Amino acid sequence: MNIDGITNGLVIDHIEAGKGMELYNALHLGDLNSSVALIKNVSSHKMGKKDIIKVDEVLDVDLEVLGFIDPNITVNIIKDNLIVGKKHIELPKKVTNLIKCKNPRCITSTEQELPHIFKLTDPKTRTYRCIYCESKAKEN
Amino acid sequence: MDNLIDILDLSVEEIDELVEKAKDIINNPDAYREKCRYKKLATLFFEPSTRTRLSFESAMLDLGGYVIGFSGANNSSAAKGESVADTVRTVGCYADIIAMRHPKEGAPLVASMHAGIPVINAGDGGHNHPTQTLTDLLTINMEKGRFTDMTIGLCGDLKFGRTVHSLIEAMSRYAGIRFVFISPKELKLPSYVVDDYLVKNNIPYEETTDLMSALPGLDILYMTRVQRERFFNEEDYIRLKDSYILTREKLSVARPDLTVMHPLPRVNEISVDVDDDDRAAYFKQVRYGKFIRMALILKMLGIE
Ligand SMILES: [Zn+2]
Repeated sequence: MNIDGITNGLVIDHIEAGKGMELYNALHLGDLNSSVALIKNVSSHKMGKKDIIKVDEVLDVDLEVLGFIDPNITVNIIKDNLIVGKKHIELPKKVTNLIKCKNPRCITSTEQELPHIFKLTDPKTRTYRCIYCESKAKEN
Repeated sequence: MDNLIDILDLSVEEIDELVEKAKDIINNPDAYREKCRYKKLATLFFEPSTRTRLSFESAMLDLGGYVIGFSGANNSSAAKGESVADTVRTVGCYADIIAMRHPKEGAPLVASMHAGIPVINAGDGGHNHPTQTLTDLLTINMEKGRFTDMTIGLCGDLKFGRTVHSLIEAMSRYAGIRFVFISPKELKLPSYVVDDYLVKNNIPYEETTDLMSALPGLDILYMTRVQRERFFNEEDYIRLKDSYILTREKLSVARPDLTVMHPLPRVNEISVDVDDDDRAAYFKQVRYGKFIRMALILKMLGIE
């Protein structure tokens, strides 16, 4: 894989420096057979430093996951060396089973099969709260 | 209204409607004796709370309905490892409405997603207890004849008391309300309550450690228990506990039309010599609790 450019695949760009690995795990990129490059601490005009992930395959990315981790991330779809699409990232209203509620008094701590659902309660501060116990999701 | 999980599920208009209905029941109890005939309330108390359970059960019986249920996790399906969802699916086949108490936060919400019948949260850990707040609101309205323009003092453990936070939340929605928070520094109101309800809605408030100096200005005094286990050391507890005990002597500086409230059970934070003072409303509060639950059951069953 040429990590400067890819022929067909995805470039996940403008990831806050240091968060690339978290994203890599959240998107389960380790399970792929195709080449994946995680590039850390790339210098950026806008951000100072950033991380980039390149995937040698056109994946159906879970935008909910990306938006939850950081809505400033951009996703470019590459076909035949050209950017053919940009996916627009939004802060999801609700995320299911992406993060776990850590409150030991929450019903999710005793009922294993319950989905862990967090709702966006304040878009300004990107605050998510567990729908059951209203605990804040730990800041990422 | 399908369920009552959080007091904020209710609009101000809905609360007013419930309070008016409860007052009508108080004035015409006979008109309501048969309203819930052949209807069943299931009280699912995964942790015991005799006070709350008896209030719900009396409410349903006074409406002419029936009551089924259990109290204590050992007597319930949970002891055999059944999920909340499956328990309420079963109960939903028998009963018309559920009142549920559970030690885990959010359990009544889970129940409401699966029961197929209305669910009332009768307390989920230290999280929500909306019928206690409704009881407090009816008490305020009955004793004062209004929800607006008054100074409410809250005294004792303001840090951990969810009841206190919900009452502040609910009363913040009315005009002309002022709060005075009276507590030891260790048990002050958490900053998120101050920010979310008071600062945001521009509600005047004062914080003090001195009950005596706050008392003369109050229309309502809401007392709570200062628990020993909230203190790091015994010394602090001993030093502070007497400052937050209401006695007949202290009451002498209060207004003649003060209303003294307490969610009960009390330990020693209101001395018994206050009980026969006209300003003591905490046993009336228990009575009002039944009436507001009657109004709530009617509303949730869609009975006029
Ligand atoms: Zn939770």
